[in-house]
Amino acid sequence: MVDFGGWEMPVSYPTGILEEHRATRTAIGLFDVCHMGEVHFLGAGAAATVQRLVTNDVARLENGRAFYTVACLPSGGIVDDLIVYRLQPDHYVAVVNASNIDKDVDWFQEHRGAGCDIQDRSESTGLIAFQGPAALQTLQPLTSFPLERLRTFSIATDVTIGGLPAWIARTGYTGEDGFEIFCAAQDAAPLWEKLVDAAGKVGGKPVGLGARDTLRLEARLPLYGNDLSDETTPLEAGLGWVVKLDGEDFIGRDALRAQAATGVARKLTGFVMTERGIARHGYPIHEADGAAVGAVTSGSPAPTLNQNVGLGYVPTRLSATGTKLWIDCRGKRVAAEVVSGPFYKRAKRGES
Amino acid sequence: MSAQYPDDLFYTKDHEWARIEDRDGTKVATIGVTRFAVEQLGDVTQVDLPKEGESVKQAEVFGSVESVKAVSDLFAPLTGKVVKVNSPLSDSPEYVNEDPYDEGWMIQVAVSNAKELDALLDAEAYQAFLREQAE
Repeated sequence: MVDFGGWEMPVSYPTGILEEHRATRTAIGLFDVCHMGEVHFLGAGAAATVQRLVTNDVARLENGRAFYTVACLPSGGIVDDLIVYRLQPDHYVAVVNASNIDKDVDWFQEHRGAGCDIQDRSESTGLIAFQGPAALQTLQPLTSFPLERLRTFSIATDVTIGGLPAWIARTGYTGEDGFEIFCAAQDAAPLWEKLVDAAGKVGGKPVGLGARDTLRLEARLPLYGNDLSDETTPLEAGLGWVVKLDGEDFIGRDALRAQAATGVARKLTGFVMTERGIARHGYPIHEADGAAVGAVTSGSPAPTLNQNVGLGYVPTRLSATGTKLWIDCRGKRVAAEVVSGPFYKRAKRGES
Repeated sequence: MSAQYPDDLFYTKDHEWARIEDRDGTKVATIGVTRFAVEQLGDVTQVDLPKEGESVKQAEVFGSVESVKAVSDLFAPLTGKVVKVNSPLSDSPEYVNEDPYDEGWMIQVAVSNAKELDALLDAEAYQAFLREQAE
């Protein structure tokens, strides 16, 4: 067990990281993510406050829909990355990183507009992620809600799972189809038991922090604190798709507009190791002539691909697909090559 | 399933083991990592070892083992020249997890100073050390 923002959490369950990773890609992985933060924005001014805080376009969210976005400082640096759900026109929920809850809530309160009440319900809310190709068929018998109808980045409230009240969202952090299930904190343990039982029958397994990291990295989903920070902007991080520079105003927009106009000087870049070696967080990245040009922000084996992969910030000129980079693995230069897009992409439903 | 900590091995506080054999008057040590180390590391994905003919020195780094989560140094239990390397580990690092005392061995070393064995722990002392660490 490791201490993770005050929560005792397992790096892996007894089966080990590789087996947990495989189970998620082939059947189901269950993730106890109760540590994550749930911040509610309530009132007639909720939408305006959320819009001030995030880079994505809140006006395009309908009831029961969600988007991924970031909250920025005036500098454009990232306060946090988060998912915002619109439940009602006067009720939005932001799911934020556990280690950022206090910082985020302070920041949100500081920039709260009129007619908006902000409530941190992290302590009273449980969250379980149920992810993998068998997630839908396995979860369906536990609820009367027709899961097939729940589109990606949608949420259904007022449903029950195994008799317990829950909200079901079709979101996740693994690159697989799947669900994130919100419940009352006191229901999290009994719900977890029911879900583990159901998943176990099809080869599903509880997954710890270790495989959570390898799964999200294969899908090239960034991790705050590694790949994102208050010193990196969403444009540098390749998250331009969640930044609506021409929409409503938000904190950081001027800085990001200026950066977009001049072009970013560095980019979060994905690479695969082409020689034997595993890149780790903090290892220096070198270019062909030997000069250090950046550092690895995330790196590990990608078990599904049987390759070692990583992410790191490098000058934009070195971020093109196919560019050769060298990773300094504890004093040994190991060759890598820039690749674009997710390292792992699941087959779409209907494909195999 | 081999024993957790076989009685016929010597151990270090860095969680390596050494099995000593006499070969024509030379002591040869087969070296690997312990069950405890394997449990701490999790799934091993890469093992970096010295080459045959290279020398290793007691208590100094002779290689590294990469698991999914982290990289850890390997410390030589004894000083000597590497006479054999378990080369199948480069393609099958999982042997270290599955069978740390047999198929998962790492290097064999011709021991240059048998007196160094005095600095190593026997199975009982190693397990006492582990219990102490856990407290």
